[in-house]
Amino acid sequence: MTRPAMTTSGEALPLPEGLQGIVADWSSDQRAFKNVPWGKAMMWIFLLSDTFIFSSFLIAYMTVRMSTTEPWPNPSEVFALTLWGKEIPLILIAIMTFVLISSSGTMAMAVKYGYEKNRKMTFVLLLITAALGAAFVGMQAFEWTKLIEEGVRPWSNPMGAAQFGAAFFMITGFHGTHVSIGVIFLIIVAIKVIRGDLDHERPGFMTGRKGNYEIVETMGLYWHFVDLVWVFIFAFFYLW
Amino acid sequence: MAHAQGQQHPIGVYLKIWGLLFILSTASYLVDYFHFQGYLRWTLIVVFMLLKAGLIVAVFMHMVWERLALLYAILVPPLLLMVLLGIGALEADYTFETRGIFFGAKAAAPAQHK
Repeated sequence: MTRPAMTTSGEALPLPEGLQGIVADWSSDQRAFKNVPWGKAMMWIFLLSDTFIFSSFLIAYMTVRMSTTEPWPNPSEVFALTLWGKEIPLILIAIMTFVLISSSGTMAMAVKYGYEKNRKMTFVLLLITAALGAAFVGMQAFEWTKLIEEGVRPWSNPMGAAQFGAAFFMITGFHGTHVSIGVIFLIIVAIKVIRGDLDHERPGFMTGRKGNYEIVETMGLYWHFVDLVWVFIFAFFYLW
Repeated sequence: MAHAQGQQHPIGVYLKIWGLLFILSTASYLVDYFHFQGYLRWTLIVVFMLLKAGLIVAVFMHMVWERLALLYAILVPPLLLMVLLGIGALEADYTFETRGIFFGAKAAAPAQHK
């Protein structure tokens, strides 16, 4: 018997690029996604399914908004705040947008420092990201409280089309839930980083696989996705 | 390109994208602040939205450094949503017109009884 060749993974051989690369990757044995840790590929597939969920909400919102005969409440006025004695349109939502974008920036840097195995910087940046995320959820809670006090309900509201409340609570509620879950996981990942779990390759919960800094990037993908969804909600729900 | 050690890129790239996202967000907020209306408003909103989404996916989520097999597997399927979008728009138009006919008549009826 001859010994099998020692090409254990796809990375040992040069991978073709371009269209040929796609065909080669997809028709290859074992793994279609080369150069990508399994956790990352799975996170991407989860995010793809989440894209469909959020898109369905936004398309449903479009459908009810287009089909209502009553005027749609003007988001610019509904979400205005009076600051320093002046009515500023949509200001709370603008601040929330900047907070979430900033958290995306710190997350991206956390991933970078993670791969450099800079434990302290990664920890600090992950905590800043979590704090900004928590601030976002806090502002959303404030916004919900304000609207509920003004009489907005999922079935009616004093400003116009009844469907406004249903769309608002459904879309922002689902997004806020994503942010809240993200904050919890950011704190978990931050603790794993500072404890040195990833440096010492300790397996995480529910898995026997060795821990490594790839989980910071996978966490990052989820977090950036939450920011990405907000970009679409901001455009279609608040600005349209 | 992606390498075995994972995605490692200079910090300047992230800071630049962060800055661009701030500028684009400010721009889309100003669309509302200056009360642009109609097609100008909608075009600007969609352009700024797509630019922001593109930057986040491409750089923050490292899509430009991934192999095309992953890129197409993730970015092509959402295009199917265009079908749902089309169906939703058609249905909404129909509902709107039907409501106009029925509720319009209903709303006018009490006025005649006075």
